[in-house]
Amino acid sequence: MLEIRNLHARVDGKDILRGLTLSVNAGEVHALMGPNGSGKSTLAYLIAGRAGYERTDGEILYQGRDLLAMNVEERAREGVFLGFQYPVEIPGVSALTFLKSSVNAVRKHRGLAEYDAMEFLKVVREKAKQLDMPDGLLQRPVNVGFSGGEKKRHEIFQMALLEPTLALLDETDSGLDIDALRVVASGINRLRDPSRAILVITHYQRLLDYVVPDRIHVMAQGRLVKSGDKTLAAELEKTGYAGLGAAA
Amino acid sequence: MPDSVRRRNADGAGSLTTTDIAASYKRQFAASRAGLPGAGLRWLNDLRDDAIERFALTGLPTQRLEDWKYTNLTPFAKTQFNLATAAPARIDRERIERFLLRGVPHHQLVFIDGRYDASLSQLGTMPAGLVIRSLAAILDEGGEEFAEHFPRVGVNRDQAFAALNTAFMADGAFIRVGRGVCVEEPIHLLFVTSGATATATQPRIFVIAEAGCALTLLQTYADVGTDETSSLTNAVTEISAAPGAIVRDYKLQREGTGAFHIATTAVRLGSDAVYDSFALAVGARLCRNEIHAVLDGGGIGCRLKGAHLLRGRQHADTTTVIDHARAGSRSEEDYKCVLDDAARSVFQGRIIVRPDAQKTDARQMNRNLLLSRQAQADSKPELRIEADDVKCSHGATIGELDANSVFYLRTRGIDEKAARNLLIEGFIGELVDEVHVGSVQVHLRQAMWSWLSRSRA
Ligand SMILES: Nc1ncnc2c1ncn2[C@@H]1O[C@H](COP(=O)(O)OP(=O)(O)O)[C@@H](O)[C@H]1O
Ligand SMILES: [Mg+2]
Repeated sequence: MLEIRNLHARVDGKDILRGLTLSVNAGEVHALMGPNGSGKSTLAYLIAGRAGYERTDGEILYQGRDLLAMNVEERAREGVFLGFQYPVEIPGVSALTFLKSSVNAVRKHRGLAEYDAMEFLKVVREKAKQLDMPDGLLQRPVNVGFSGGEKKRHEIFQMALLEPTLALLDETDSGLDIDALRVVASGINRLRDPSRAILVITHYQRLLDYVVPDRIHVMAQGRLVKSGDKTLAAELEKTGYAGLGAAA
Repeated sequence: MPDSVRRRNADGAGSLTTTDIAASYKRQFAASRAGLPGAGLRWLNDLRDDAIERFALTGLPTQRLEDWKYTNLTPFAKTQFNLATAAPARIDRERIERFLLRGVPHHQLVFIDGRYDASLSQLGTMPAGLVIRSLAAILDEGGEEFAEHFPRVGVNRDQAFAALNTAFMADGAFIRVGRGVCVEEPIHLLFVTSGATATATQPRIFVIAEAGCALTLLQTYADVGTDETSSLTNAVTEISAAPGAIVRDYKLQREGTGAFHIATTAVRLGSDAVYDSFALAVGARLCRNEIHAVLDGGGIGCRLKGAHLLRGRQHADTTTVIDHARAGSRSEEDYKCVLDDAARSVFQGRIIVRPDAQKTDARQMNRNLLLSRQAQADSKPELRIEADDVKCSHGATIGELDANSVFYLRTRGIDEKAARNLLIEGFIGELVDEVHVGSVQVHLRQAMWSWLSRSRA
């Protein structure tokens, strides 16, 4: 599903990713861990297509295609989803309007009929119930005045509506209380499917108690320094990143 | 606060031969005077004669005047307008259909080339104490109600465009809401220009809101001509709100890009009155909205809001004067502008706080979104504070669309143009959301969407 080979990338002229190789197969959930500044978000942004993030070597294949050749919205429509570490606030645009534009853009691309306002409301209500999304949140402008936890739940909600094939979640678990964490985790687990690949970027083992990954990778200074199965998380908890030869 | 405001001295007013224009307008006035509504009324004739003389004295405003510093009327002066419209065109209902208010029962008065068209108009439920009339009809009947209420607001008689309107005013609306009467249905005044070259319409709107009444007014200015037809709208609205009256005054200007649109609004507010104004403009080559509000009492809430969406070489000027004459009132201004291509916007906001007006709370905000490097926004706050115990603030910003927000939307599958449009809609939509009547919100949003649908990829 996702194949990253020897990826080098720079941001604003600064080399951040230095030979990263990673592949995630359909049906798998991988966790990407590593100290602050190791380049996790940079990888996520590069996959999503943020301006200013420049690949200098290597490649990213998505479903066997050159991901970096596609523009941002094409990637999203083809099923790539990034849950932002810092979701963006958009004053004046209600979350509902935003979600409808998004879902319909993706449906149109997939050759499905676009939802009208009533149909969409029904779909949203149903999903909101499943994911325990407070109703009022969606009437409000996108992320404006949302608490940290609400923003992250909103990201998960978007993911659930868009039903991506490849989901990257960048520290979606940070700053959540235990209840919100459970909701987020159940949102991720719901999406687990033989046809999907999920990459969760996280700092803490906590999330991995709820979302048990198939593989765990540790990143430092722009490349992977260790990979292992789910037991690696517990090991990390004990030794810290330093114990793995990764600068903390 | 207004650090980010870009200012540029306007280039000179050009060689506007004010005297030529004044002479030409006077000739037109002399030729048409006898055919204007109420021509048999002595007092009205005196009023018109006085007005044309005042106009002739001042002539068209030039950029040497502080109030017109950023708006150049030279292109205006080059067009010979037919100031007095004779026979208005006949327009089928279907051609104005898209400008009508939908969704709720309302009062609908349609004016074609400035003249009331009864066949296209329809009044809704009329509670006792509500008067809605065509101004021409009132003047032709002797104009008593008009004469009685005329002095209650009073635009500045030396203001050139208001004077021109007084000289030539042929029609418009006279609205009076009796004491304590709540007018549920919005009153929609739709002014449509038929598109004949150099047509001028000079509507005059009077709103007399007696104590404790409530009404919602919506004015729409549109045309059915081609985009390039040059026309002039020179509208004057006078609003008198007695103590405790609530007046909501909404406006949509969607004329073609050949149009000159000059609108002057004078508002006088009594204690505890509420005045809410919102004007959305997407059209006209040159648009000037000038509002003078006098807060003549305590406990008043005066909110002036507006938004312009501009592209090409459009020029929009919002000039406001809020005069806090008495203690304990609040005013709030929020004007936003979206500018593409080589469009220009001007905001001039003067706030006067008289010595008696202690405990005044006045806030002013002007925000501009520039979509192109050639676009330019000028913002000029002006506070004249003569009392010491007051809260006054003002701010102005000029910015671009937030790249991070565009990126966020695109990662959700929304293409770049749609993402940008969504953000623009949000920027302006915040103000539209404050409009109290849902159907009016839709009316305004539709004009906004139609502007957005024509935006560049
Ligand atoms: N826009 C930017 N310009 C310059 N350096 C950046 C930028 N964004 C991130 N960096 C740098 O890139 C490195 C990796 O950051 P990031 O990918 O955010 O790490 P992580 O998500 O693992 O904490 C850090 O050293 C950070 O300072
Ligand atoms: Mg990060």
